[in-house]
Amino acid sequence: MGGKNNNMIIANNVSKQFGKLKALDNVSAICNKGECIALIGPNGSGKTTLIKSILGMVVPDSGFITFKGENISHNWLYRDDIGYMPQIGRYPENMTIGQVLDMMKDIRSSKKELDEELVIQFGLKEILNKRMCTLSGGTRQKVSAALAFLFNPAVLILDEPTAGLDPIASEFLKAKIIKEKEIGKLVMITSHVLSDLDDLITQVIYMQEGKMIFLKTIEELKMDTGETKLAKAIASVMLKN
Amino acid sequence: MKKIIKYVTWDILRNKIVLVYTVILLITSLSVFGLEDNATKGLLSLLNIILLIIPLVCIIFSTIYIYNSNEFIELLVSQPLKRKTIWLSLYTGLAVSLSLSFFVGAGIPLLIYHPNILGLLMCVVGVSLSIIFVGIAMLAAVKTRDKAKGIGVVILLWLYFSLLFDGLVLFLLFQFADYPLEKPMIAISALNPIDLGRVLIMLQMDVAAMLGYTGAVLKEFFGSTKGIIFAFIVLLFWIAMPLFLSLRKFKSKDL
Repeated sequence: MGGKNNNMIIANNVSKQFGKLKALDNVSAICNKGECIALIGPNGSGKTTLIKSILGMVVPDSGFITFKGENISHNWLYRDDIGYMPQIGRYPENMTIGQVLDMMKDIRSSKKELDEELVIQFGLKEILNKRMCTLSGGTRQKVSAALAFLFNPAVLILDEPTAGLDPIASEFLKAKIIKEKEIGKLVMITSHVLSDLDDLITQVIYMQEGKMIFLKTIEELKMDTGETKLAKAIASVMLKN
Repeated sequence: MKKIIKYVTWDILRNKIVLVYTVILLITSLSVFGLEDNATKGLLSLLNIILLIIPLVCIIFSTIYIYNSNEFIELLVSQPLKRKTIWLSLYTGLAVSLSLSFFVGAGIPLLIYHPNILGLLMCVVGVSLSIIFVGIAMLAAVKTRDKAKGIGVVILLWLYFSLLFDGLVLFLLFQFADYPLEKPMIAISALNPIDLGRVLIMLQMDVAAMLGYTGAVLKEFFGSTKGIIFAFIVLLFWIAMPLFLSLRKFKSKDL
């Protein structure tokens, strides 16, 4: 790994301050194709801010981020290659699922082939006429997940993907993540449900108080901590810090 | 951009509050024209009602809509779209749907009962006010992160434009009663789009005669082509300024 062409996202000394809070403190990381990276850390450690910086929702105070070698500031076209699943998905209340899907297809208007696997697996095809305001939180999560994968993006950014999903949907999603990782996509996940991540991830970024403590492969992490399960390994890291 | 506008407008037009707003305007205008046999009286009553209701509904509805769309805006920002496109689409969606419900609720009855320049002018003023207050609402919503605070701010703004401003002007008039304030009054009326709309319409009616000397000066100015052009430039400025400021803020905002 690590050949120059494999670099998808490079963060270089990125810092961001919200008032007195240092949300990101000199974070640098390199994310490559075919990796599945878990962002782990306590609440308020800057995971979501890092994701939002990559997506251009938060503008860093200093440092820069490149996507496929291009600086992302003042750029928007690069997001054509990103599928993002937010923590809380909310859509215009009076639209139906079908309209939301159509709208996204309209916005992207990409010539790439659509990947409707999750739409079908989650059974969204049968409820296309339901309005968004009548949906449960879990169903909205399904819509968000299906949208993230729909356009075959090279990078998938998933913020707490399995929270709120039922076990079957959660398994479908995990299988999908593994499949996409294996065909060379970059997947970034934040999650507090570490047991969900065990068979998915290849790399771990551990953050605390806005600082990136380490970026390690899962094997390295397990070796360093002497644990075989991710949850236990992370627990021992958290205790040490 | 057209696509987002289409979906946002569709979403807002199906909102129950907008439907109720349209129906209330429709009932009000039809009953006002039905009850009054004097056409000018009917117009005056309707004028006072719409000058109060339009700003209130537009400013509060738009603010709440923007706050509720927070996550949706985040989702749009994560798509390959310029922030400018997103913000202008939301603005256009709100402005088009609220103007449309004003037009259906009050504009059409106006044009039916008063198919003259006065009815047309009132339609134009109503639509302009709808657009202006959507812009002001979006500026307030993008400036304040907290929803409750944002709604508080827009209610205060509405109070200022609808009530407090007139009080201030009256106060000024009484304090400086010894000076000739007729000309400065023209400039002062430009500071409030609601007042500007009111003056613009009232001066086309006969009631302007009741305003005394000030009315005569105002009528001389706003009655002329130059005055009307001035009024529309000021209204355009009121549309453009909040939009420009809110767009500038939104472009660099952390979501």
